[in-house]
Amino acid sequence: MSVQVWTYLLVGITFALYIGIAIWSRAGSTKDFYVAGGGVSPLANGMATAADWMSAASFISMAGIIAFAGYDGSVYLMGWTGGYVLLALLLAPYLRKFGKFTVPDFIGDRYYSKTARIVAVICALIVSFTYVAGQMRGVGVVFSRFLEVDINTGVIIGMVIVLFYAVLGGMKGITYTQVAQYCVLIFAFMVPAIFISIQMTGNPIPQLGMGSKLADGSGIYLLDKLDGLSTELGFNAYTNGSKSMADVFAITLALMVGTAGLPHVIVRFFTVKRVKDARKSAGLALLLIAILYTTAPAVSVFAEPT
Amino acid sequence: MSDKQKRASAYWKENVRYLFILLTIWFLVSYGAGILFKDALDTIKVGGFKLGFWFAQQGSIYVFVILIFVYVRLMNKLDKKYGYDE
Repeated sequence: MSVQVWTYLLVGITFALYIGIAIWSRAGSTKDFYVAGGGVSPLANGMATAADWMSAASFISMAGIIAFAGYDGSVYLMGWTGGYVLLALLLAPYLRKFGKFTVPDFIGDRYYSKTARIVAVICALIVSFTYVAGQMRGVGVVFSRFLEVDINTGVIIGMVIVLFYAVLGGMKGITYTQVAQYCVLIFAFMVPAIFISIQMTGNPIPQLGMGSKLADGSGIYLLDKLDGLSTELGFNAYTNGSKSMADVFAITLALMVGTAGLPHVIVRFFTVKRVKDARKSAGLALLLIAILYTTAPAVSVFAEPT
Repeated sequence: MSDKQKRASAYWKENVRYLFILLTIWFLVSYGAGILFKDALDTIKVGGFKLGFWFAQQGSIYVFVILIFVYVRLMNKLDKKYGYDE
């Protein structure tokens, strides 16, 4: 079979899997639709949160931008994961305890004000809209590569699929498709990373391979070689970057605070039964995110000297 | 203050204390080791890693994961101590 046939087959199976999950987990009530009936297990919620979170930017482009920016790329690594810590410690458990479905609901009740509630709705819409615009573009790029169609056609195909399973399954459908998505995503990211790591350094763990000596017998550390290459070409050393300390500090801070407020991640913590489960699933989600987030900078390092 | 209120405020005080400690560590590993003191830490090498660079791209993330699990443990214990566990 040709590559094209394989691609159609694999994409087709993935779509069928997602739609199958949506039909199997059809929403039957309002609570089902918004928060999956509040009965998702912490592990499933952790996986769904992790997949939700990492989506297009982390999977498609993060390793690339770190390879390009070197140390400066750390702002994305620390910013996004560090913001998640703020979310898990300062926001998620309390919102969950409060017992409403959305953040505007909380703001409205907490400040006894309809106006505050409307302001919160507008904020949530602006945040979600910008976020979705970026993600959908990512979907379009992926489909345009796989199916060899125009990017705009790719965006439309993606939207139809998502619309179908979101409307049918609500939060419950989305949660279980996200669980499936996490498995696909982490497998697709880790397998090549492990093999490149073995090839470059002889160490099967990319996180360690990144700080190992090259496997070509030269006895030079990979990172030293990289620093040497970039200074030779007239750039700043890979491990130093070119941004000032104040820049790195401020960008990291902005990314952290923004991450802590992502509406589609906050709503995830309403889908578990107890406050205790909300905390636990937040921890599991970051653990699952960290697997990819500590591998990405290693992939960047492996990609650079070749 | 009634007994119930006293209990609630004692619970909250301990909760805030935990958050303060955990977020101090959060700040130290990311903004501290990964950014502010990066250059000083970079003089120390562990394997092929300069330490400051390692904290920025690897270490801080490991610590973040540990922080959340420690938080989960502490809060579960606290909930039990004050009888708030569901």
